[in-house]
Amino acid sequence: MSGWYAVFRKEIANFFVSPIAYAVIACFLLITGFFFWANVSLMSLVSLQAANNPMISQRINMTDIIIRPLAQNMSIILLFLMPLLTMRLFSEEKKSGSIELLMTYPITDTGVVCGKFLSAACVLVVMLGSSLVFPLLLLTVGEPDLGALAGGYVGILLMGVSFVALGMFLSTLSENQIISAAISFGAALLFWVMSWITSFAGETSGYIIRQLSILEHIESFQKGILALSDVSFFVFFAAFFLFLTTRSLETYRWRG
Amino acid sequence: MIEVEGLTKYFGRLAAIRDVNFRVESGEIVGFLGPNGAGKTTTMRILTCYTPASGGSAKVLGMDVNNDSLKIRQQLGYLPENVPLYDWMRVQSYLEFVARAKKVPARQRSSEIERVANAVGIDKVMGKIIRWLSKGYRQRVGLAQALIGDPPILILDEPTIGLDPKQIREIRNLIKSFSRNRTVILSTHILPEVSQVCDRVIIINKGSIVAEDTPSNLTKGHGKSARCHIVARAPAQEVTEAVENTPHVTGVRIMDGCAAGETQVSVEYEADIDVRPDLARALIQRNIDLLEMRSVQASLEDVFIELVTEEGEESAPSDAVEQQEVAS
Repeated sequence: MSGWYAVFRKEIANFFVSPIAYAVIACFLLITGFFFWANVSLMSLVSLQAANNPMISQRINMTDIIIRPLAQNMSIILLFLMPLLTMRLFSEEKKSGSIELLMTYPITDTGVVCGKFLSAACVLVVMLGSSLVFPLLLLTVGEPDLGALAGGYVGILLMGVSFVALGMFLSTLSENQIISAAISFGAALLFWVMSWITSFAGETSGYIIRQLSILEHIESFQKGILALSDVSFFVFFAAFFLFLTTRSLETYRWRG
Repeated sequence: MIEVEGLTKYFGRLAAIRDVNFRVESGEIVGFLGPNGAGKTTTMRILTCYTPASGGSAKVLGMDVNNDSLKIRQQLGYLPENVPLYDWMRVQSYLEFVARAKKVPARQRSSEIERVANAVGIDKVMGKIIRWLSKGYRQRVGLAQALIGDPPILILDEPTIGLDPKQIREIRNLIKSFSRNRTVILSTHILPEVSQVCDRVIIINKGSIVAEDTPSNLTKGHGKSARCHIVARAPAQEVTEAVENTPHVTGVRIMDGCAAGETQVSVEYEADIDVRPDLARALIQRNIDLLEMRSVQASLEDVFIELVTEEGEESAPSDAVEQQEVAS
């Protein structure tokens, strides 16, 4: 990991000196805010109707109408936005040729990968941190299920970090940022919807596909359940693609 | 000190360099010459631990590039061709990043950056964004990043390419000033630069070293032919006829820029035989007034062209490709 901090500082500066981070965070907050407003509006409408019907009023709660849909919407927004954060991580270095200098500094390949990964993860944390304003608003008007809220956020964070690792690996494969972003989005989407085909697959292959699907593992977080298997999935997912990124850099060295 | 033995690098089936051997002593400035695609950059990339070799060994300061890559990288400064910098950064932040990457201790970082900035003359542009710098300043920033950490080994790939004559002179003087305590490998296409800056020259062509000596020894000792210029008062045809018929003369070329009625020719003859007395006799026997005769020493450019052309002529094009490929 030698030298990761120098790379981390540089990448953080790149995110925040350029408009990249601001644009992505602003988009994220705008769309999340829109869905939050829509859900809150729905909640107030349903509550209004429930005022005349005690049966309905017992069934409605903030978790089902606002918190869980908010977490689901944020996950889908991240699916679109994470490739924009990761697309330049290696593609830009390869295109400008600066990777040649970077790889001749006394920094290990693992250090380079970790520095870049942590910088993008930091932007993700800032992005999710900024969105906490919405649950805080809920706290002022009611008593949301804090477990579901925290679980949802942990799930989104783990999923986002996995997308960072996946996108970073794919950005080592092309020096064109658009291509990197496109294949990152495609790959993330594939991991997202993978479980949709399980009904057509056999028993074993269906099980494997279900285990690889992000959708299968994110749902429990949104219910406020932190299952070890789901946490492990995202940790292994990220670690696997970080490993592939390091290997990809190594092969890049061999190709000269 | 740099030792390279049997260094080979294949890209697929193509050998970019093959069995390259040379040695650079500490404190030496060595010019690395060769036409485009000769293998200069590949050799430099192996020495800087950017890419591993397919065979042979390369040692920098006694350390192997494959086994001690990180230690070597801490001891060298590298300026790649085209100076790939982070354009969005300010010069100061960029050099801070490099100092951090090269593990310059935090306490010494600002003084080290100041020292390097003063050495390469970029102290006035430290607050500027690299994208907006002139080519000359970019090149200096590139040199500055190579000098951060005071590395004993400097590897510079075409450091003066694209600069105007004034900038070239400045950068050249800067490189000269490094020689006191550093080993420098300098790749360039500007041959007069090599004569002025380098203690020794290595010429590489088609992946193999074709000559290695001091610039003066190369120009003195190399070549199968010697040259002299003759000025005579006679029509060009008479002069060339007289000269061409002299034994051991291999070529005659009429040169421009003579006074009316005079002819100037460049005569090429076999290097190991001094034909000048015979040339003088041949002209006088034909009643041609010999006004001037002077021998012309080959320039480094002549030597370079001769060496890289020889290589091309000695092997047919198809052979050349075949030589570069590994038997499948």
